[in-house]
Amino acid sequence: MEYSILIVITPFLLFLFLGLVGGKLKPNVAGLIGTLGMGLCAVLAYTVAFQYFFNVGKIGESWSQIVPFNFVWLKFTDLLHIDLGVLLDPISVMMLVVITTVSLMVHIYSLGYMKGETGFQRYYALLSLFSFSMLGLVVATNIFQMYIFWELVGVSSYSLIGFYYQKPSAVAASKKAFIVTRFADLGFLIGILILSFYTKTFDFASLTANDAELVTTSFAGGTFMGLSLATWALALIFMGGAGKSAMFPLHIWLPDAMEGPTPVSALIHAATMVVAGVFLVARMFPVYFFAAPDVLTMIAYVGAFTALFAAVIAITQTDIKRVLAFSTISQIAYMMVALGVSEYGGHDGLGYMASMFHLFTHAFFKALLFLGAGSVIHAVHSNEMKDMGNLRKYMPITNITFAIACLAIAGIIPFSGFFSKDEILAAAYHNHPAIFWTLWFVAGLTAFYMWRLYYSIFWNGDKKYDGHHKPHESPWTMAVPLVILAVFSIFSGLIPFANFISSDNMPFYTHIDWKVASLSLVVAVTGIFVARMLYRKASTKPAEIAQKMGGLYTASLKKFYMDEVWGWVTKTVVFRYICEPIKWFDRHIIDGSMNGLAWVTQKSSTAIRGLQSGQVQFYTWFFVAGTLVIALLVLFL
Amino acid sequence: MNFSNFLLMGQETGLIVVVIILFFCDIFSTGKTAKWFYPLSIILFSILTLWGFCPKPEGEAFGGIFVTSDMTVLMKNILNIATLLVFLQSYRWLNSKEQSEEKGEFFIITLITLLGMYLMVSANNFMMLYIGMETASLPLACLAAFNKHQEKSAEAGVKFILISALASAVMLFGLSFLYGAMGTLYFNDMSLTVLNNPVTIFGLVFFLGGLGFKLSLVPFHLWTADVYEGAPTSVTAYLSVVSKGAATFALIFALFKVFGSMDIVWQNIIWWLSVITITLGNLFAIRQKDIKRFFAFSSISQAGYILVGIIAYNAQGMTATVYYILAYVFSNLAAFAVISAVENQSGKTSIAAFNGLYKSNPKLTLVMMLSVFSLGGIPVCVGFFSKLFIFLAAASAGQYVLIFIVVLNTVISLYYYLLIILAMFIKEPEESAVATFKSDIYNRIGMLICVVGILAVGLVSGIYSYINSLNWVI
Repeated sequence: MEYSILIVITPFLLFLFLGLVGGKLKPNVAGLIGTLGMGLCAVLAYTVAFQYFFNVGKIGESWSQIVPFNFVWLKFTDLLHIDLGVLLDPISVMMLVVITTVSLMVHIYSLGYMKGETGFQRYYALLSLFSFSMLGLVVATNIFQMYIFWELVGVSSYSLIGFYYQKPSAVAASKKAFIVTRFADLGFLIGILILSFYTKTFDFASLTANDAELVTTSFAGGTFMGLSLATWALALIFMGGAGKSAMFPLHIWLPDAMEGPTPVSALIHAATMVVAGVFLVARMFPVYFFAAPDVLTMIAYVGAFTALFAAVIAITQTDIKRVLAFSTISQIAYMMVALGVSEYGGHDGLGYMASMFHLFTHAFFKALLFLGAGSVIHAVHSNEMKDMGNLRKYMPITNITFAIACLAIAGIIPFSGFFSKDEILAAAYHNHPAIFWTLWFVAGLTAFYMWRLYYSIFWNGDKKYDGHHKPHESPWTMAVPLVILAVFSIFSGLIPFANFISSDNMPFYTHIDWKVASLSLVVAVTGIFVARMLYRKASTKPAEIAQKMGGLYTASLKKFYMDEVWGWVTKTVVFRYICEPIKWFDRHIIDGSMNGLAWVTQKSSTAIRGLQSGQVQFYTWFFVAGTLVIALLVLFL
Repeated sequence: MNFSNFLLMGQETGLIVVVIILFFCDIFSTGKTAKWFYPLSIILFSILTLWGFCPKPEGEAFGGIFVTSDMTVLMKNILNIATLLVFLQSYRWLNSKEQSEEKGEFFIITLITLLGMYLMVSANNFMMLYIGMETASLPLACLAAFNKHQEKSAEAGVKFILISALASAVMLFGLSFLYGAMGTLYFNDMSLTVLNNPVTIFGLVFFLGGLGFKLSLVPFHLWTADVYEGAPTSVTAYLSVVSKGAATFALIFALFKVFGSMDIVWQNIIWWLSVITITLGNLFAIRQKDIKRFFAFSSISQAGYILVGIIAYNAQGMTATVYYILAYVFSNLAAFAVISAVENQSGKTSIAAFNGLYKSNPKLTLVMMLSVFSLGGIPVCVGFFSKLFIFLAAASAGQYVLIFIVVLNTVISLYYYLLIILAMFIKEPEESAVATFKSDIYNRIGMLICVVGILAVGLVSGIYSYINSLNWVI
């Protein structure tokens, strides 16, 4: 399995190649090289997955962790060292498949979507860099390697969101994304430091081994502000995950990040980067479960609230990409909830499996939704719903694939989203009824706003487009990925996921919980039906309802003023009371001491220049005198 | 006579064989074959360098005056790499009209000084150390005066030989004190009988004076700038890196092996020497207009940094110091590769000649940039890691005040290193600026090695661990 390292290295080489000489290539050639390279990665990832799941992965009854490649990079002690390696276990192999598939689709799609853009080569170089970072993150053998790639993901997504760097809004969005996630990563880093300080290791394998024995024993009852240190460390680590996965209140960067090219949104903000936080918690799941169950409960509540919150906002947004962005936040929150309510081992670990399952299916249908939205935007040159409508007549492929994705995300049987969402709801149902009913309600909202989106784009009256801007179906480079992802969105739910992924790596069997499934089907169908009533034909009903809702509608449209709250916190509190004093200190004390040092240096340099006279007599005199002075000083002082 | 002793002297013997081969080749190569002399020398010496990395036996020879261990082998390998890099830089200079007759001499004399440095590193007896040092010093005076038609070069040679003679007298004087106090010059025996009394201290200080000349520590440094400026650039590079490296290795062995029990005394001396050396080196470096003089003072202050590593009398200090030399080899020789390229092209060695170099020769400029970044200790470059390790070593010995002073000095050194960057990237070129040119293939290979060294050595953590794993006492 040594070749699995190639999956990570290939995108990096592509990045170097495209970044250094891409500018000299023709755009199409650069794009094709990038796409072929990603294709190679995908083939390798599928081979690894096949070999792992059907040949070497299963030892006895359980899935093993394989480390086919490891390089000790920095060694502090025998236990504490930073490695760069590849760790293959069910979730990392699954992620390899997801990332390479979606990334390949986005690579192909971008050949059409980005055609003629300036910086086409740079775009492909950055896509490769992002894929490299994300792949390195999921195969990390230790938490520090994960952190390194975590930051790389942040940097590459920053440059992709800010791809249209001449657009001020894109620049602002990229800065916002970087600063918010970076702020969360500060917590992640502190968490890592606390954790490794007590456990003396970074290794996932050692941390999670034997029911996370190392973590539970090594913290030995240390507390801080009434919470145990283990809780602090893991809560801080979760903060990093919450930042990347856009959990409330750190979600504010994700909607703005839609300023990036749409395929980038499909790759980063739907399928890969934003699930990094979920992956992190899943990777550390035994540690969370045994060492800090309170944090898991917190994750469940944060997730449930975020799911509801984002779904409510999604209902009122008019920019189709923003609807998808909030829907992403909501769906990722689903995965977080599933981890939060999960227990460990066997069928009790249903939530863990459900979370990974939903991550898997969501990656495909959400990427499909984004790419479909991109196709629509490509056709009508606008993000706003009011500029769309009746597009089913112009864009048949986009229409059908988009509908499939909407069915999947709404959780209609037998599309993939139904199965994974059912498992999450079942897990919540048995452990936290309150959370279950919240999620159930959110499922209804999801169905409603997705179908509102669908009907507004593809139906909603007989909107006519004047000849000049007549929408047309996208070229085959864009249509093919849509069709492939649609196939995935339909069938990926049929995989018996519990056979492959479980909290304790022991396969178990699940069945569809029909009571939960029928409840969720009822609410989903209701949601779709309401959307159909309101939006299938152009009408004034939605506006009237919005009128009646009054304040609630406005609050939702304004995203519950979270941006304003953060703006107030940073501008009035942080800037005035923290940054200003620091700035003063920097200007006067730090700069002052440096200027003083420079002044002293210049003066003394002038003062002693006579020493270098060029005369050998003086040199010898100085030599001997110096030696004698040193000797005498040592003797008599 | 026990010939097995010679087996332990593998590298020395190999070097002598290379010298003899080159000697005969030089005599018998005339006319057409002469142009093959340079590549032959490079190939032979590269083979010797590579062979140095093969495993070697450890042990003492000749009744214990000569000692070899994996650590000394590593040190000699570092010196070999540095010498090879210097040779690679010297191609154009040696093939210029004035020098083309004397190629052979340059190689042979340089390699003989290298032999002396091998002996310094492997010495386990002060007499051996002294002989090694003399072998390494006297021929260097010839090299300094190698451009014999140039007044400055002759001046450099004279100054070097005078101060060198003085230094060796001072050192011998010190050794006689030590012999008087202990009755032996063998490191192993001395370490058993060394006592903290005035005679020994006098001996130690004078010995340090002798080696301080080679390391160009303040106050034994005044020759440095004049000699570095006057000597041919390749010789300056050799003096500033190889000669210094060998002196460092000899010093650290002598201090650690012999004077271990009086570490408080020499740590005090080293403390002051290092502070004065770094500070004075920095203060002078700021004012320089000539790039070779500039690097003379930069190398003085670098010698001070080396002492910071030595002050930690433990394995970590040893590792950090050796690592520092390795880093210094790549960083400093990269700069000299650029200097000699520019000098051979334009005949100029002023810093002003580098103004606007980025526009005409971007690649050379990047090499120079990496070099000064590494010397200044900017992260990713190996110089950052080497500085970090000597600071860590000093911290392990509790020398926090020293670290503070040295870090302040690092800020100053960044200032003058950035002056070079400023000249190359921002200043407008002079009227008679250096035009775009292509360096010879040898120099380019040398620069490539340096760049790879600067960028890779720090990140390949195995190198530090390897040095750390070597046992420095037999």
